[in-house]
Amino acid sequence: MPVSALNSQVVYDALKANGIRLLSVLPETWLVHLVSLAEEDPEMVLVRLAKEEEGVGISAGAYLAGVKSAMLMQNHGLLASINGIVSLAQLYRIPLLMLVSQRGGFGEEHPWQTEGGGVTEHVLDALRIQYMTLDEPGHVATRVRQAMALAEASLRPVALLLCRGLMWED
Amino acid sequence: MLRVDALRAIYPELSRCIVVTNMGAAPAELFSLGHQPGFFYVWHSMGLASSVGLGIALSRPELQVVVVDGDGSLLMNLGSLTTLARYRPANLIHLVFDNEVLLSVGRSFTTATATGSDLAAIATASGVPRTGTCRTEEELRQAFTGALAAQELACLVAKVEPQGPPSYFIDLHYLESRFEFQRHLRRLAAPPMAGDREGDRR
Repeated sequence: MPVSALNSQVVYDALKANGIRLLSVLPETWLVHLVSLAEEDPEMVLVRLAKEEEGVGISAGAYLAGVKSAMLMQNHGLLASINGIVSLAQLYRIPLLMLVSQRGGFGEEHPWQTEGGGVTEHVLDALRIQYMTLDEPGHVATRVRQAMALAEASLRPVALLLCRGLMWED
Repeated sequence: MLRVDALRAIYPELSRCIVVTNMGAAPAELFSLGHQPGFFYVWHSMGLASSVGLGIALSRPELQVVVVDGDGSLLMNLGSLTTLARYRPANLIHLVFDNEVLLSVGRSFTTATATGSDLAAIATASGVPRTGTCRTEEELRQAFTGALAAQELACLVAKVEPQGPPSYFIDLHYLESRFEFQRHLRRLAAPPMAGDREGDRR
């Protein structure tokens, strides 16, 4: 499978370096290595979701309870979580770190991913959620740290888009 | 059974727990019985109270967490029952007040529990180890104290009348409550003070 194991490790290491102790996940192809890494890590609480919006609630609870967490999902999962993001994370000023695989961009071969790929950044803009792309391993550590800092300073959700260049070995 | 009477019947125990509620009548009635710093009212993001409770329960296994939910809210996030059952936090009780309507918009919009959907049976089938349906204050009190003592994940459905409080207003802004609740959980994480009574549920 040409999902990059090496770069998945880089992303996982960055999460760990920032004190993330709980990951709520709804997996997709690009995220399989990240999920395995979390599963094998005794220090990480991995919560497998039925639907992504649950993860907003779980992360909010974890944050209020003093545990740093992140959500790991596909961009279509972000679309499925919007009310939770707006009515819980934004309304209640929760610093929510969302790692979102950006399917449906240049190079995408699956037709069913393409609509979501085209709207994800517009939706983030409409929600006034600041985001950055992760498209090569060199900037992952810095951007994850910066995303976490902004989330905690602003008490708002932030997003990192896991892009094809990082996650997929074409 | 009225929801406020049901809440009153278990208030002594609730007041010592971390309580996360849904929106609407339940938080207003719980607040009217006496607010505690360990009570958190999730206004508006319907369905997510159980997920917030799960996040707290997994993060802080030493705290007893109670989620106060409703039939309409739970039906919006039914998958949450399967996630709760999957991780089975021993420190979480999911209490669902089932009045068979979306009460805050009137009594005309019934939920699927009015036509036979059985939330306790759904919880059982999801894998929640301890479930039950209560129709009187005494039944609820027994089931609730039993679940606290058992120290395992429970889902208790309390059938209540479709009647709410005179007002849904509570004199506590949601942001004030959010910061107070977070501070309370942080303080509970500190080493116990000499005056703390042994055996208190938090």
